[in-house]
Amino acid sequence: MTEVLNPPVVPDVPVPPFKPGPAGTHITIRGLTKYFAGWPLYENFDLDIPKGRIVSVFGPNGCGKSTLINMIAGLVPIDSGEILFDGKSLKDTRIGYVFQNYREALFPWMRTIDNIAYPLKLAGQSKAEVDRRMAELVASFDVKFDLKRYPYELSGGQQQTASIMRALAPKPEVLFLDEPFSALDFEMTLFIREKLQEVFMQTGTTMLLVSHDLEEAVYLADQVLLLTKRPTRVAEILPYLDARPRTVDTLSEAGFIATKKRSLEIFQREVRR
Amino acid sequence: MKIEAPGLRPADHGWRKALPFVGPVVLFVVWDLVVRTGLVKAILLPLPGDTLLALVKGLAGGPLLKDFLFTVWRTVQAFLIAAIVGMPLGILLGSNERSYRSVEFLIDFFRSTPSSALIPLFLMIFGVSDVNKVAIAAFGAILIVVFNSAYGVINARKQRVMAARVMGASNWQIFRDVLFWESLQPSFVGLRSAVSMALVIVIVAEMFIGSDSGLGHRIIDSQQVMNVRDMYASILAAGALGYALNVLFLIIERRIVHWSGR
Repeated sequence: MTEVLNPPVVPDVPVPPFKPGPAGTHITIRGLTKYFAGWPLYENFDLDIPKGRIVSVFGPNGCGKSTLINMIAGLVPIDSGEILFDGKSLKDTRIGYVFQNYREALFPWMRTIDNIAYPLKLAGQSKAEVDRRMAELVASFDVKFDLKRYPYELSGGQQQTASIMRALAPKPEVLFLDEPFSALDFEMTLFIREKLQEVFMQTGTTMLLVSHDLEEAVYLADQVLLLTKRPTRVAEILPYLDARPRTVDTLSEAGFIATKKRSLEIFQREVRR
Repeated sequence: MKIEAPGLRPADHGWRKALPFVGPVVLFVVWDLVVRTGLVKAILLPLPGDTLLALVKGLAGGPLLKDFLFTVWRTVQAFLIAAIVGMPLGILLGSNERSYRSVEFLIDFFRSTPSSALIPLFLMIFGVSDVNKVAIAAFGAILIVVFNSAYGVINARKQRVMAARVMGASNWQIFRDVLFWESLQPSFVGLRSAVSMALVIVIVAEMFIGSDSGLGHRIIDSQQVMNVRDMYASILAAGALGYALNVLFLIIERRIVHWSGR
Protein backbone atom coordinates (compact mmCIF):
# COMPACT_ATOMS: atom_id res chain seq x y z
CA MET A 1 0.00 0.00 0.00
CA THR A 2 1.14 3.53 -0.67
CA GLU A 3 1.07 5.75 2.34
CA VAL A 4 -0.06 9.34 2.21
CA LEU A 5 2.79 11.34 3.65
CA ASN A 6 0.98 14.60 4.12
CA PRO A 7 -2.67 13.73 4.61
CA PRO A 8 -4.99 16.68 4.17
CA VAL A 9 -5.84 18.13 7.53
CA VAL A 10 -9.58 17.91 7.89
CA PRO A 11 -10.87 19.97 10.78
CA ASP A 12 -13.28 18.14 12.98
CA VAL A 13 -16.36 20.20 12.25
CA PRO A 14 -19.89 18.85 12.14
CA VAL A 15 -21.13 18.12 8.62
CA PRO A 16 -23.50 20.88 7.51
CA PRO A 17 -26.99 19.69 6.68
CA PHE A 18 -27.67 18.92 3.01
CA LYS A 19 -29.03 21.98 1.21
CA PRO A 20 -30.94 21.18 -1.96
CA GLY A 21 -30.45 23.44 -4.98
CA PRO A 22 -33.15 25.69 -6.44
CA ALA A 23 -36.12 24.25 -8.32
CA GLY A 24 -35.12 22.77 -11.67
CA THR A 25 -31.75 21.57 -10.42
CA HIS A 26 -30.57 18.37 -12.07
CA ILE A 27 -27.12 17.72 -10.66
CA THR A 28 -26.40 18.70 -7.06
CA ILE A 29 -22.75 18.81 -5.96
CA ARG A 30 -22.07 19.28 -2.26
CA GLY A 31 -18.78 19.41 -0.39
CA LEU A 32 -16.80 18.02 -3.33
CA THR A 33 -13.16 17.66 -2.37
CA LYS A 34 -10.33 16.43 -4.57
CA TYR A 35 -6.61 16.55 -3.88
CA PHE A 36 -3.91 16.15 -6.49
CA ALA A 37 -0.42 15.29 -5.19
CA GLY A 38 -1.26 16.67 -1.78
CA TRP A 39 -2.65 19.95 -3.07
CA PRO A 40 -6.35 20.80 -3.10
CA LEU A 41 -7.86 21.03 -6.57
CA TYR A 42 -11.41 21.23 -5.28
CA GLU A 43 -12.22 21.84 -1.65
CA ASN A 44 -15.73 21.83 -0.30
CA PHE A 45 -17.06 22.70 -3.74
CA ASP A 46 -20.80 23.23 -4.15
CA LEU A 47 -22.62 23.54 -7.46
CA ASP A 48 -26.14 23.17 -8.85
CA ILE A 49 -26.52 22.28 -12.51
CA PRO A 50 -29.95 23.00 -13.96
CA LYS A 51 -32.00 20.37 -15.77
CA GLY A 52 -32.52 20.58 -19.50
CA ARG A 53 -29.89 23.24 -20.01
CA ILE A 54 -26.47 23.41 -21.60
CA VAL A 55 -23.80 24.53 -19.14
CA SER A 56 -20.41 25.48 -20.56
CA VAL A 57 -17.46 25.15 -18.22
CA PHE A 58 -14.72 27.71 -18.77
CA GLY A 59 -11.72 28.67 -16.69
CA PRO A 60 -7.95 29.11 -16.46
CA ASN A 61 -5.55 26.34 -17.45
CA GLY A 62 -5.14 23.68 -14.83
CA CYS A 63 -8.23 24.66 -12.84
CA GLY A 64 -9.65 21.22 -13.49
CA LYS A 65 -12.49 21.80 -15.96
CA SER A 66 -12.20 18.31 -17.35
CA THR A 67 -11.54 16.87 -13.91
CA LEU A 68 -14.80 18.41 -12.72
CA ILE A 69 -16.93 16.75 -15.38
CA ASN A 70 -14.93 13.54 -15.07
CA MET A 71 -15.67 13.44 -11.36
CA ILE A 72 -19.36 14.03 -12.02
CA ALA A 73 -19.30 11.30 -14.69
CA GLY A 74 -17.53 8.94 -12.31
CA LEU A 75 -14.36 8.62 -14.40
CA VAL A 76 -12.18 10.23 -11.72
CA PRO A 77 -12.74 9.22 -8.11
CA ILE A 78 -13.51 11.99 -5.62
CA ASP A 79 -11.93 12.26 -2.18
CA SER A 80 -15.12 13.29 -0.45
CA GLY A 81 -18.43 14.97 -1.12
CA GLU A 82 -21.68 14.08 -2.74
CA ILE A 83 -22.94 14.23 -6.32
CA LEU A 84 -26.61 13.52 -6.96
CA PHE A 85 -28.61 13.40 -10.18
CA ASP A 86 -32.24 14.29 -9.42
CA GLY A 87 -31.53 12.87 -5.97
CA LYS A 88 -30.15 9.58 -7.40
CA SER A 89 -26.60 8.38 -7.40
CA LEU A 90 -24.57 7.97 -10.60
CA LYS A 91 -25.18 4.22 -10.50
CA ASP A 92 -28.89 4.78 -11.18
CA THR A 93 -28.34 7.43 -13.83
CA ARG A 94 -27.88 7.00 -17.57
CA ILE A 95 -25.10 9.24 -18.83
CA GLY A 96 -23.37 9.81 -22.13
CA TYR A 97 -19.81 11.02 -22.57
CA VAL A 98 -18.08 12.47 -25.63
CA PHE A 99 -14.29 12.50 -25.50
CA GLN A 100 -12.02 15.01 -27.17
CA ASN A 101 -9.96 12.27 -28.75
CA TYR A 102 -12.52 10.36 -30.81
CA ARG A 103 -9.78 8.11 -32.24
CA GLU A 104 -9.17 6.57 -28.87
CA ALA A 105 -12.79 6.62 -27.78
CA LEU A 106 -14.34 4.54 -30.57
CA PHE A 107 -13.58 0.82 -30.86
CA PRO A 108 -11.80 0.23 -34.18
CA TRP A 109 -12.58 -3.50 -34.12
CA MET A 110 -16.29 -2.78 -34.42
CA ARG A 111 -18.07 -1.28 -37.38
CA THR A 112 -19.26 2.26 -36.74
CA ILE A 113 -22.85 1.14 -36.44
CA ASP A 114 -21.91 -1.43 -33.80
CA ASN A 115 -19.96 1.22 -31.92
CA ILE A 116 -23.05 3.39 -31.76
CA ALA A 117 -25.25 0.46 -30.74
CA TYR A 118 -22.76 -0.76 -28.14
CA PRO A 119 -24.28 0.97 -25.07
CA LEU A 120 -27.70 -0.38 -26.06
CA LYS A 121 -26.31 -3.92 -26.24
CA LEU A 122 -24.67 -3.39 -22.86
CA ALA A 123 -28.08 -2.44 -21.50
CA GLY A 124 -29.40 -5.76 -22.80
CA GLN A 125 -31.81 -4.37 -25.39
CA SER A 126 -33.25 -6.73 -27.99
CA LYS A 127 -32.19 -6.53 -31.61
CA ALA A 128 -35.53 -4.98 -32.57
CA GLU A 129 -35.17 -2.27 -29.93
CA VAL A 130 -31.60 -1.56 -30.97
CA ASP A 131 -32.57 -1.36 -34.65
CA ARG A 132 -35.43 1.01 -33.90
CA ARG A 133 -33.22 3.33 -31.86
CA MET A 134 -30.49 3.27 -34.50
CA ALA A 135 -32.97 4.22 -37.22
CA GLU A 136 -34.14 7.11 -35.03
CA LEU A 137 -30.59 8.32 -34.46
CA VAL A 138 -29.63 8.06 -38.11
CA ALA A 139 -32.70 10.08 -39.06
CA SER A 140 -32.19 12.79 -36.45
CA PHE A 141 -28.50 13.16 -37.29
CA ASP A 142 -29.20 13.07 -41.01
CA VAL A 143 -26.18 10.79 -41.43
CA LYS A 144 -24.69 10.98 -44.91
CA PHE A 145 -21.81 8.53 -44.48
CA ASP A 146 -21.75 4.74 -44.45
CA LEU A 147 -22.13 3.47 -40.88
CA LYS A 148 -21.10 -0.02 -42.00
CA ARG A 149 -17.54 1.24 -42.32
CA TYR A 150 -14.96 0.96 -39.59
CA PRO A 151 -14.30 4.15 -37.62
CA TYR A 152 -10.78 4.54 -39.01
CA GLU A 153 -12.24 4.68 -42.51
CA LEU A 154 -14.19 7.84 -41.62
CA SER A 155 -13.07 11.45 -41.41
CA GLY A 156 -12.44 13.06 -38.03
CA GLY A 157 -15.75 14.88 -38.11
CA GLN A 158 -17.63 11.73 -39.04
CA GLN A 159 -15.94 9.84 -36.20
CA GLN A 160 -16.87 12.52 -33.69
CA THR A 161 -20.44 12.52 -35.05
CA ALA A 162 -20.48 8.77 -34.42
CA SER A 163 -19.13 9.30 -30.89
CA ILE A 164 -21.92 11.75 -30.15
CA MET A 165 -24.50 9.33 -31.58
CA ARG A 166 -23.07 6.59 -29.38
CA ALA A 167 -23.28 8.83 -26.32
CA LEU A 168 -26.88 9.74 -27.14
CA ALA A 169 -28.03 6.24 -28.12
CA PRO A 170 -29.24 5.17 -24.65
CA LYS A 171 -31.13 8.47 -24.23
CA PRO A 172 -28.90 9.70 -21.42
CA GLU A 173 -30.20 12.00 -18.72
CA VAL A 174 -26.94 13.95 -18.85
CA LEU A 175 -24.50 14.32 -21.73
CA PHE A 176 -20.88 15.21 -20.91
CA LEU A 177 -18.73 16.74 -23.63
CA ASP A 178 -15.02 17.18 -22.95
CA GLU A 179 -13.68 19.61 -25.56
CA PRO A 180 -15.50 17.73 -28.31
CA PHE A 181 -14.43 20.12 -31.05
CA SER A 182 -10.77 20.71 -30.32
CA ALA A 183 -9.51 17.89 -32.52
CA LEU A 184 -11.67 18.94 -35.46
CA ASP A 185 -11.17 21.37 -38.32
CA PHE A 186 -13.28 24.53 -38.44
CA GLU A 187 -15.79 23.22 -40.95
CA MET A 188 -16.53 20.11 -38.91
CA THR A 189 -16.67 22.15 -35.70
CA LEU A 190 -19.44 24.31 -37.15
CA PHE A 191 -21.30 21.26 -38.43
CA ILE A 192 -21.18 19.33 -35.18
CA ARG A 193 -22.00 22.43 -33.15
CA GLU A 194 -25.22 22.79 -35.14
CA LYS A 195 -25.98 19.08 -34.75
CA LEU A 196 -25.56 19.37 -31.00
CA GLN A 197 -27.87 22.34 -30.85
CA GLU A 198 -30.45 20.48 -32.93
CA VAL A 199 -30.26 17.44 -30.71
CA PHE A 200 -30.57 19.62 -27.65
CA MET A 201 -33.67 21.35 -29.05
CA GLN A 202 -35.22 17.96 -29.87
CA THR A 203 -34.45 16.23 -26.61
CA GLY A 204 -33.70 18.85 -23.97
CA THR A 205 -30.95 16.66 -22.56
CA THR A 206 -28.91 18.29 -19.80
CA MET A 207 -25.44 18.93 -21.22
CA LEU A 208 -22.15 19.80 -19.57
CA LEU A 209 -19.62 21.12 -22.05
CA VAL A 210 -15.96 21.79 -21.39
CA SER A 211 -14.50 24.15 -23.93
CA HIS A 212 -11.36 26.18 -24.37
CA ASP A 213 -12.97 28.37 -27.00
CA LEU A 214 -14.97 31.15 -25.37
CA GLU A 215 -17.07 31.91 -28.44
CA GLU A 216 -18.13 28.30 -28.74
CA ALA A 217 -18.72 28.03 -25.00
CA VAL A 218 -21.08 31.01 -24.98
CA TYR A 219 -22.72 30.16 -28.31
CA LEU A 220 -24.02 26.81 -27.10
CA ALA A 221 -24.65 27.68 -23.46
CA ASP A 222 -27.64 28.56 -21.38
CA GLN A 223 -25.20 29.16 -18.55
CA VAL A 224 -21.48 29.85 -18.63
CA LEU A 225 -19.83 28.42 -15.55
CA LEU A 226 -16.62 30.34 -14.93
CA LEU A 227 -14.08 28.79 -12.60
CA THR A 228 -11.18 30.29 -10.64
CA LYS A 229 -7.58 29.11 -10.45
CA ARG A 230 -6.95 26.25 -8.04
CA PRO A 231 -8.10 25.60 -5.42
CA THR A 232 -11.00 25.91 -7.79
CA ARG A 233 -14.18 27.73 -6.88
CA VAL A 234 -17.05 29.10 -8.93
CA ALA A 235 -16.00 32.54 -10.11
CA GLU A 236 -19.38 33.33 -11.57
CA ILE A 237 -22.29 31.76 -13.37
CA LEU A 238 -23.44 33.86 -16.31
CA PRO A 239 -26.83 33.17 -17.81
CA TYR A 240 -27.13 33.52 -21.59
CA LEU A 241 -30.75 33.35 -22.63
CA ASP A 242 -30.91 34.16 -26.35
CA ALA A 243 -33.49 32.09 -28.19
CA ARG A 244 -32.57 28.95 -30.12
CA PRO A 245 -31.79 28.03 -32.78
CA ARG A 246 -28.84 30.31 -32.60
CA THR A 247 -27.15 31.01 -35.91
CA VAL A 248 -24.17 32.83 -37.33
CA ASP A 249 -26.17 36.03 -36.84
CA THR A 250 -26.32 35.33 -33.11
CA LEU A 251 -22.58 35.87 -32.98
CA SER A 252 -23.02 39.57 -33.79
CA GLU A 253 -26.03 40.23 -31.55
CA ALA A 254 -25.72 42.49 -28.54
CA GLY A 255 -26.65 39.83 -25.97
CA PHE A 256 -24.02 37.41 -27.25
CA ILE A 257 -21.30 40.02 -27.44
CA ALA A 258 -22.09 41.30 -23.94
CA THR A 259 -22.02 37.80 -22.43
CA LYS A 260 -18.79 36.95 -24.18
CA LYS A 261 -17.20 40.23 -23.07
CA ARG A 262 -18.32 39.75 -19.48
CA SER A 263 -17.00 36.15 -19.49
CA LEU A 264 -13.68 37.32 -20.80
CA GLU A 265 -13.45 40.02 -18.11
CA ILE A 266 -14.10 37.50 -15.36
CA PHE A 267 -11.69 35.05 -16.94
CA GLN A 268 -8.91 37.63 -17.11
CA ARG A 269 -9.57 38.77 -13.57
CA GLU A 270 -9.23 35.18 -12.38
CA VAL A 271 -6.11 34.48 -14.40
CA ARG A 272 -4.37 37.55 -12.96
CA ARG A 273 -5.46 36.96 -9.41
CA MET B 1 2.84 1.05 -45.91
CA LYS B 2 3.38 2.38 -49.39
CA ILE B 3 4.92 5.71 -50.13
CA GLU B 4 4.49 6.94 -53.66
CA ALA B 5 7.31 9.08 -54.95
CA PRO B 6 5.78 12.08 -56.68
CA GLY B 7 6.53 13.05 -60.23
CA LEU B 8 7.78 9.70 -61.47
CA ARG B 9 7.18 8.52 -64.98
CA PRO B 10 5.52 5.10 -65.36
CA ALA B 11 8.83 3.59 -66.47
CA ASP B 12 10.37 4.62 -63.15
CA HIS B 13 7.53 2.85 -61.35
CA GLY B 14 8.51 -0.35 -63.15
CA TRP B 15 12.02 0.10 -61.80
CA ARG B 16 10.75 0.61 -58.27
CA LYS B 17 8.95 -2.73 -58.39
CA ALA B 18 12.22 -4.38 -59.36
CA LEU B 19 14.16 -2.89 -56.43
CA PRO B 20 13.59 -5.77 -53.97
CA PHE B 21 15.25 -8.19 -56.41
CA VAL B 22 18.44 -6.16 -56.71
CA GLY B 23 19.95 -7.45 -53.46
CA PRO B 24 19.42 -11.16 -54.15
CA VAL B 25 20.66 -10.85 -57.74
CA VAL B 26 23.82 -9.01 -56.63
CA LEU B 27 24.44 -11.65 -53.96
CA PHE B 28 23.97 -14.41 -56.53
CA VAL B 29 26.40 -12.79 -58.99
CA VAL B 30 29.06 -12.07 -56.36
CA TRP B 31 28.73 -15.59 -54.98
CA ASP B 32 29.08 -17.03 -58.45
CA LEU B 33 32.15 -14.87 -59.23
CA VAL B 34 34.07 -15.64 -56.03
CA VAL B 35 33.68 -19.36 -56.66
CA ARG B 36 34.51 -19.23 -60.36
CA THR B 37 37.59 -17.03 -59.84
CA GLY B 38 38.76 -19.38 -57.11
CA LEU B 39 38.68 -16.77 -54.35
CA VAL B 40 36.78 -19.30 -52.28
CA LYS B 41 37.45 -22.97 -52.86
CA ALA B 42 34.55 -24.90 -54.36
CA ILE B 43 34.98 -27.48 -51.62
CA LEU B 44 33.83 -24.82 -49.10
CA LEU B 45 31.30 -23.03 -51.25
CA PRO B 46 29.51 -24.63 -54.21
CA LEU B 47 28.26 -22.61 -57.16
CA PRO B 48 24.97 -20.86 -56.40
CA GLY B 49 23.30 -22.47 -59.41
CA ASP B 50 24.26 -25.93 -58.17
CA THR B 51 23.03 -25.07 -54.69
CA LEU B 52 19.67 -23.82 -55.92
CA LEU B 53 19.35 -26.90 -58.08
CA ALA B 54 20.04 -29.10 -55.06
CA LEU B 55 17.47 -27.11 -53.08
CA VAL B 56 14.76 -27.44 -55.71
CA LYS B 57 15.50 -31.10 -56.38
CA GLY B 58 15.62 -31.87 -52.69
CA LEU B 59 12.35 -30.13 -51.96
CA ALA B 60 10.64 -31.68 -54.97
CA GLY B 61 10.26 -35.05 -53.34
CA GLY B 62 13.91 -35.62 -52.44
CA PRO B 63 15.20 -36.46 -48.95
CA LEU B 64 15.43 -32.72 -48.15
CA LEU B 65 11.64 -32.52 -48.31
CA LYS B 66 11.28 -35.15 -45.60
CA ASP B 67 13.62 -33.29 -43.26
CA PHE B 68 11.99 -29.99 -44.14
CA LEU B 69 8.56 -31.34 -43.21
CA PHE B 70 9.90 -32.77 -39.93
CA THR B 71 11.20 -29.34 -38.97
CA VAL B 72 7.94 -27.67 -40.01
CA TRP B 73 5.91 -30.13 -37.98
CA ARG B 74 8.03 -29.68 -34.84
CA THR B 75 7.93 -25.92 -35.18
CA VAL B 76 4.17 -25.93 -35.66
CA GLN B 77 3.67 -28.14 -32.61
CA ALA B 78 5.88 -25.96 -30.43
CA PHE B 79 4.21 -22.82 -31.72
CA LEU B 80 0.69 -24.14 -31.13
CA ILE B 81 1.52 -25.06 -27.55
CA ALA B 82 3.00 -21.61 -27.02
CA ALA B 83 0.03 -19.84 -28.57
CA ILE B 84 -2.71 -21.89 -26.94
CA VAL B 85 -1.19 -21.70 -23.48
CA GLY B 86 0.64 -18.39 -23.74
CA MET B 87 -2.00 -16.05 -25.13
CA PRO B 88 -4.75 -16.72 -22.60
CA LEU B 89 -2.18 -16.81 -19.81
CA GLY B 90 -0.71 -13.48 -20.91
CA ILE B 91 -4.09 -11.80 -21.27
CA LEU B 92 -5.14 -13.11 -17.87
CA LEU B 93 -1.93 -11.97 -16.18
CA GLY B 94 -2.11 -8.61 -17.94
CA SER B 95 -5.64 -7.91 -16.82
CA ASN B 96 -4.52 -8.28 -13.23
CA GLU B 97 -1.43 -6.14 -13.07
CA ARG B 98 -0.58 -7.26 -9.55
CA SER B 99 -0.35 -10.89 -10.60
CA TYR B 100 1.77 -9.93 -13.60
CA ARG B 101 4.17 -7.92 -11.46
CA SER B 102 4.64 -10.90 -9.18
CA VAL B 103 5.81 -13.17 -12.03
CA GLU B 104 7.39 -10.45 -14.16
CA PHE B 105 10.91 -11.21 -12.96
CA LEU B 106 10.60 -14.91 -13.78
CA ILE B 107 9.27 -14.20 -17.25
CA ASP B 108 11.94 -11.60 -17.98
CA PHE B 109 14.70 -13.78 -16.58
CA PHE B 110 13.85 -16.88 -18.59
CA ARG B 111 13.06 -14.76 -21.64
CA SER B 112 16.63 -13.46 -21.42
CA THR B 113 18.13 -16.90 -20.87
CA PRO B 114 19.16 -18.43 -24.21
CA SER B 115 16.89 -21.44 -24.52
CA SER B 116 19.71 -23.46 -26.03
CA ALA B 117 21.43 -23.19 -22.64
CA LEU B 118 18.57 -25.22 -21.23
CA ILE B 119 18.95 -28.09 -23.68
CA PRO B 120 20.89 -30.28 -21.22
CA LEU B 121 18.23 -29.66 -18.58
CA PHE B 122 15.48 -30.67 -20.96
CA LEU B 123 17.55 -33.69 -21.95
CA MET B 124 17.45 -34.84 -18.34
CA ILE B 125 13.69 -34.44 -18.18
CA PHE B 126 12.55 -35.68 -21.58
CA GLY B 127 15.49 -37.77 -22.77
CA VAL B 128 16.68 -37.84 -26.36
CA SER B 129 13.25 -37.72 -27.92
CA ASP B 130 11.08 -35.81 -30.31
CA VAL B 131 9.08 -34.50 -27.36
CA ASN B 132 12.23 -32.90 -26.03
CA LYS B 133 12.77 -30.76 -29.13
CA VAL B 134 9.17 -29.60 -29.18
CA ALA B 135 9.15 -28.99 -25.43
CA ILE B 136 12.20 -26.76 -25.37
CA ALA B 137 11.05 -24.80 -28.44
CA ALA B 138 7.61 -24.34 -26.88
CA PHE B 139 9.22 -23.17 -23.65
CA GLY B 140 11.24 -20.50 -25.43
CA ALA B 141 8.27 -19.37 -27.51
CA ILE B 142 5.71 -19.33 -24.73
CA LEU B 143 7.51 -16.68 -22.70
CA ILE B 144 7.53 -14.31 -25.66
CA VAL B 145 3.80 -14.81 -26.19
CA VAL B 146 2.96 -14.33 -22.50
CA PHE B 147 5.07 -11.20 -22.28
CA ASN B 148 3.56 -9.54 -25.36
CA SER B 149 -0.06 -10.44 -24.62
CA ALA B 150 0.25 -9.28 -21.02
CA TYR B 151 1.73 -5.95 -22.05
CA GLY B 152 -0.95 -5.61 -24.69
CA VAL B 153 -3.58 -5.69 -21.98
CA ILE B 154 -1.61 -3.54 -19.54
CA ASN B 155 -1.01 -0.85 -22.16
CA ALA B 156 -4.56 -0.88 -23.51
CA ARG B 157 -5.70 2.63 -24.33
CA LYS B 158 -7.02 3.90 -21.05
CA GLN B 159 -9.55 6.06 -22.79
CA ARG B 160 -11.26 3.13 -24.50
CA VAL B 161 -11.55 1.44 -21.14
CA MET B 162 -12.98 4.65 -19.72
CA ALA B 163 -15.40 4.95 -22.63
CA ALA B 164 -16.70 1.44 -21.94
CA ARG B 165 -16.92 2.10 -18.21
CA VAL B 166 -18.88 5.32 -18.65
CA MET B 167 -21.33 3.40 -20.84
CA GLY B 168 -21.94 1.11 -17.90
CA ALA B 169 -19.81 -1.90 -18.87
CA SER B 170 -18.93 -4.33 -16.07
CA ASN B 171 -15.34 -5.46 -15.51
CA TRP B 172 -16.05 -8.65 -17.45
CA GLN B 173 -17.62 -6.73 -20.33
CA ILE B 174 -14.64 -4.36 -20.43
CA PHE B 175 -12.35 -7.39 -20.58
CA ARG B 176 -14.35 -9.08 -23.33
CA ASP B 177 -15.14 -6.03 -25.46
CA VAL B 178 -12.07 -3.83 -24.97
CA LEU B 179 -9.02 -5.36 -23.28
CA PHE B 180 -9.05 -8.56 -25.32
CA TRP B 181 -9.20 -6.63 -28.61
CA GLU B 182 -6.64 -4.08 -27.52
CA SER B 183 -4.24 -6.92 -26.73
CA LEU B 184 -4.59 -8.56 -30.16
CA GLN B 185 -2.08 -6.40 -31.99
CA PRO B 186 0.77 -6.83 -29.47
CA SER B 187 -0.21 -10.48 -29.17
CA PHE B 188 0.39 -10.93 -32.86
CA VAL B 189 3.79 -9.31 -32.55
CA GLY B 190 4.45 -11.90 -29.85
CA LEU B 191 3.18 -14.79 -31.99
CA ARG B 192 5.36 -13.72 -34.88
CA SER B 193 8.49 -13.54 -32.74
CA ALA B 194 7.48 -16.79 -31.07
CA VAL B 195 7.29 -18.73 -34.31
CA SER B 196 10.77 -17.48 -35.29
CA MET B 197 12.10 -18.44 -31.87
CA ALA B 198 10.47 -21.89 -32.12
CA LEU B 199 12.13 -22.46 -35.48
CA VAL B 200 15.56 -21.43 -34.18
CA ILE B 201 15.35 -23.73 -31.19
CA VAL B 202 13.98 -26.65 -33.21
CA ILE B 203 16.90 -26.39 -35.63
CA VAL B 204 19.44 -26.17 -32.80
CA ALA B 205 17.81 -29.10 -31.01
CA GLU B 206 17.87 -31.14 -34.20
CA MET B 207 21.58 -30.50 -34.48
CA PHE B 208 22.58 -31.41 -30.98
CA ILE B 209 19.97 -33.70 -29.49
CA GLY B 210 20.81 -36.93 -31.31
CA SER B 211 18.29 -36.52 -34.07
CA ASP B 212 17.88 -38.53 -37.25
CA SER B 213 15.56 -36.09 -39.00
CA GLY B 214 14.95 -32.43 -39.56
CA LEU B 215 16.82 -29.59 -41.26
CA GLY B 216 19.19 -29.10 -38.32
CA HIS B 217 20.20 -32.77 -38.46
CA ARG B 218 20.63 -32.54 -42.21
CA ILE B 219 22.79 -29.42 -42.04
CA ILE B 220 25.20 -30.87 -39.50
CA ASP B 221 25.26 -34.29 -41.16
CA SER B 222 26.18 -32.93 -44.58
CA GLN B 223 28.79 -30.72 -42.97
CA GLN B 224 30.39 -33.78 -41.32
CA VAL B 225 30.78 -35.52 -44.67
CA MET B 226 31.70 -32.28 -46.48
CA ASN B 227 28.65 -32.47 -48.72
CA VAL B 228 28.60 -28.68 -48.93
CA ARG B 229 26.05 -28.44 -51.70
CA ASP B 230 23.51 -30.25 -49.60
CA MET B 231 24.49 -28.25 -46.54
CA TYR B 232 23.89 -24.91 -48.27
CA ALA B 233 20.66 -26.18 -49.78
CA SER B 234 19.45 -27.12 -46.31
CA ILE B 235 20.47 -23.74 -44.90
CA LEU B 236 18.58 -22.00 -47.68
CA ALA B 237 15.57 -24.22 -46.99
CA ALA B 238 15.66 -23.21 -43.32
CA GLY B 239 15.91 -19.55 -44.30
CA ALA B 240 13.02 -19.86 -46.72
CA LEU B 241 10.95 -21.53 -44.02
CA GLY B 242 11.61 -18.76 -41.51
CA TYR B 243 10.87 -16.08 -44.07
CA ALA B 244 7.66 -17.75 -45.21
CA LEU B 245 6.42 -18.13 -41.63
CA ASN B 246 7.03 -14.45 -40.97
CA VAL B 247 5.18 -13.37 -44.11
CA LEU B 248 2.34 -15.76 -43.33
CA PHE B 249 1.91 -14.24 -39.88
CA LEU B 250 2.02 -10.71 -41.23
CA ILE B 251 -0.79 -11.57 -43.63
CA ILE B 252 -2.89 -13.21 -40.91
CA GLU B 253 -2.25 -10.26 -38.61
CA ARG B 254 -3.33 -7.76 -41.23
CA ARG B 255 -6.56 -9.73 -41.74
CA ILE B 256 -7.46 -10.06 -38.08
CA VAL B 257 -6.09 -6.83 -36.61
CA HIS B 258 -7.35 -4.80 -39.54
CA TRP B 259 -7.28 -1.54 -37.53
CA SER B 260 -3.60 -1.81 -36.66
CA GLY B 261 -1.66 1.35 -37.43
CA ARG B 262 -4.72 3.29 -38.59
